[in-house]
Amino acid sequence: MNSPIAAARPRAIDRVNQSLKRRYAAERRFRFLGASAVVIGLLFVTILFVDIIGKGYTAFWQTSIQLSIYFDPEVIDPSGERDPQELRRADYQKLARDALRAEFPEVQRRQELRELYGLLSTGVAQQLAERVQANPERIGTTEAVWLLADDDVDMLIKGKIDRDLPESDRRVKDRPLAWIEALEAKGAIEKHFNTPFFSNGTSREPELAGIAGALMGSFYTLLLTLLFSFPIAVATAVYLEEFAPKNRWTDLIEVNINNLAAVPSIVFGLLGLAVFINFFGVPRSTPLVGALVLTLMTLPTIIIASRAALKSVPPSIREAALGVGASPLQTQFHHVLPLAMPGMLTGTIIGMAQALGETAPLLMIGMIAFIVDIPGGATDAATVLPVQIFLWADSPERGFVERTSAAIMVLLAFLIAMNLTAVMLRRKFERRW
Amino acid sequence: MSTTAEAVGQAKAAITSADLAKAREVSATVGEFRSPTPRMVCRNVNVWYADKQAIKDVNLDIGKNEVVSMIGPSGCGKSTFLRCLNRMNDTIAGCRVSGTLELDGVDIYDKRLDVVPLRAQVGMVFQKPNPFPKSIYENVAYGPRIHGLTNDKAELDALVEESLRKAGLWEEVKDRLDQPGTGLSGGQQQRLCIARTIAVSPEVILMDEPCSALDPIATAKIEELIDELRANYSIAIVTHSMQQAARVSQRTAYFHLGDLIEVGQTDQIFTNPRHRLTEDYITGRFG
Ligand SMILES: Nc1ncnc2c1ncn2[C@@H]1O[C@H](COP(=O)(O)OP(=O)(O)OP(=O)(O)O)[C@@H](O)[C@H]1O
Ligand SMILES: [Mg+2]
Repeated sequence: MNSPIAAARPRAIDRVNQSLKRRYAAERRFRFLGASAVVIGLLFVTILFVDIIGKGYTAFWQTSIQLSIYFDPEVIDPSGERDPQELRRADYQKLARDALRAEFPEVQRRQELRELYGLLSTGVAQQLAERVQANPERIGTTEAVWLLADDDVDMLIKGKIDRDLPESDRRVKDRPLAWIEALEAKGAIEKHFNTPFFSNGTSREPELAGIAGALMGSFYTLLLTLLFSFPIAVATAVYLEEFAPKNRWTDLIEVNINNLAAVPSIVFGLLGLAVFINFFGVPRSTPLVGALVLTLMTLPTIIIASRAALKSVPPSIREAALGVGASPLQTQFHHVLPLAMPGMLTGTIIGMAQALGETAPLLMIGMIAFIVDIPGGATDAATVLPVQIFLWADSPERGFVERTSAAIMVLLAFLIAMNLTAVMLRRKFERRW
Repeated sequence: MSTTAEAVGQAKAAITSADLAKAREVSATVGEFRSPTPRMVCRNVNVWYADKQAIKDVNLDIGKNEVVSMIGPSGCGKSTFLRCLNRMNDTIAGCRVSGTLELDGVDIYDKRLDVVPLRAQVGMVFQKPNPFPKSIYENVAYGPRIHGLTNDKAELDALVEESLRKAGLWEEVKDRLDQPGTGLSGGQQQRLCIARTIAVSPEVILMDEPCSALDPIATAKIEELIDELRANYSIAIVTHSMQQAARVSQRTAYFHLGDLIEVGQTDQIFTNPRHRLTEDYITGRFG
């Protein structure tokens, strides 16, 4: 071979080899940068998690005091008829107080007694009432019962109040401390798994406050947001991407949608207040109005993601479908949408995760109200997890600090679960072409 | 020895721009573009992509029971013209078509015409294989199903098998009909697309280089199929293989830069081209 190309070849490969070194160096640099970015990201996530879990894991255990309770018929059921109404109205607090006095007979003075009663949570009345309701046979018997301790006792047992501080600086004074230590010595103080945290609504008392209310509120709100936003967003994306003529109007709409994605969420809250509550009369503080506002907020995100997903479907698939005589709608529903679905779902879950973590617009529509009852539907007044976190973080009691972190952990768990679902759905729907 | 191979051996007589300018002036097509028994009639067809004209004043008929092959250098507008025949160009933004195109005397660019039945009537096999990302069975069954061509599952199964057999793919895929069509080789995918097209029994079939990804055996099968289909259908086929054009078609149309230069009986075009450009092309001096 003596063509000019063959003659030039050895020199070309020399050049290639020369440039190779530089190219590989660039590649190594890029990989290093990428890896460092990932490491830094992971580092911050780890710090966040360690901090939150470190502060919050104690909230999953709650201190209880064991007392032998005499279910006094005189107090619970003076008439002796086991009338449920009467059983419910009885002064169960007195049973616990009597038990405490029996435990510490030396305490007599009123002031001291008040301190003694303060060892127990006000929630013990409810605890005892439930026991009697579960089994009225208990009336007249004596039983060792674990009763919820006050949040100060809880903090002391969890070591969040330093016993060595001088009394004047300590929230738990000397006398209660002595009683607590006496109970500890007897083995009558223990930490139990904190079921009330998951079954109660919020409360002014940290030891009684739970996230069930906020959780249900978030659940209803998100469910409705999904039901409203997904169909609207997909319909909008499909129409704009596949059917609408490309002209100045659709350009304008596109610009507006992109703008909406960047509007501060508080503005959507104000809009919701003005339109949904004041104009349409949707009840305030409810998951329904919350979902309407969050729908407005998440729509642009889902629309933009859905349009990108539609754009990434190869045009040859549309041609193939149209070529065998499928109508444009059939082309969309049979071929394009299934292929775009993973991308649309990813966008939807990102939008939902955003909605799950949103606080500001919900404050404007009254979802910040102090609501103890667990909402039973979309039109009951409710609050949501992030707002609950905000409210607890704002409370002065020491016991709310760990609960705030615990609520954040629950919120994060939900976010992780949602994102995992997104990944799984994507895997399931993903197809090669 | 093929014509192309012979042509490579000859000294190249470059086409000058003066030749092209001359061709432009005598834009009227050489040869008889009419068919005695036309199925599709195209008159003064012009196509623009935005401001760029891709097809210029083309007149061509596609007759009953006839295979018309379209040849010409790359980018001369063969695919564009073919796509006008089932209005596939509608899907391209900025593409404009003018002129008259009729199928059995019906103007297919009439505003009131529904393109869905048109495309069921005029099927198309695309240049690049584009099976649906669904199972092999679904690929073929999709068309008949949406058009309601079969009454029950057994009939549909039979139709799928028949279509795959005609496309010469049945033996290779009969054991894996439920596997994705996209998992087939390029040539198999193209045959799958052919099976998909003939499953809806179109009356006119447009084929855009259907054999460009096929080996000689598969190509022979497709050519056989084309010959068979001709008994009932009209076929327009774009091809870069002049041997193929010579083997399967009755008439051949030569396109050049958007102009239809010459149309004629296939043997006449290949043995005795009347236009200089056609001659240059088929003897391998151009393209
Ligand atoms: N979607 C499009 N937008 C703009 N211009 C296009 C488009 N499709 C084709 N063209 C142009 O129109 C002309 C004809 O293209 P066409 O695809 O019809 O050529 P062809 O003869 O089929 O070529 P090939 O043999 O390579 O397939 C080319 O110049 C091409 O660049
Ligand atoms: Mg082409």
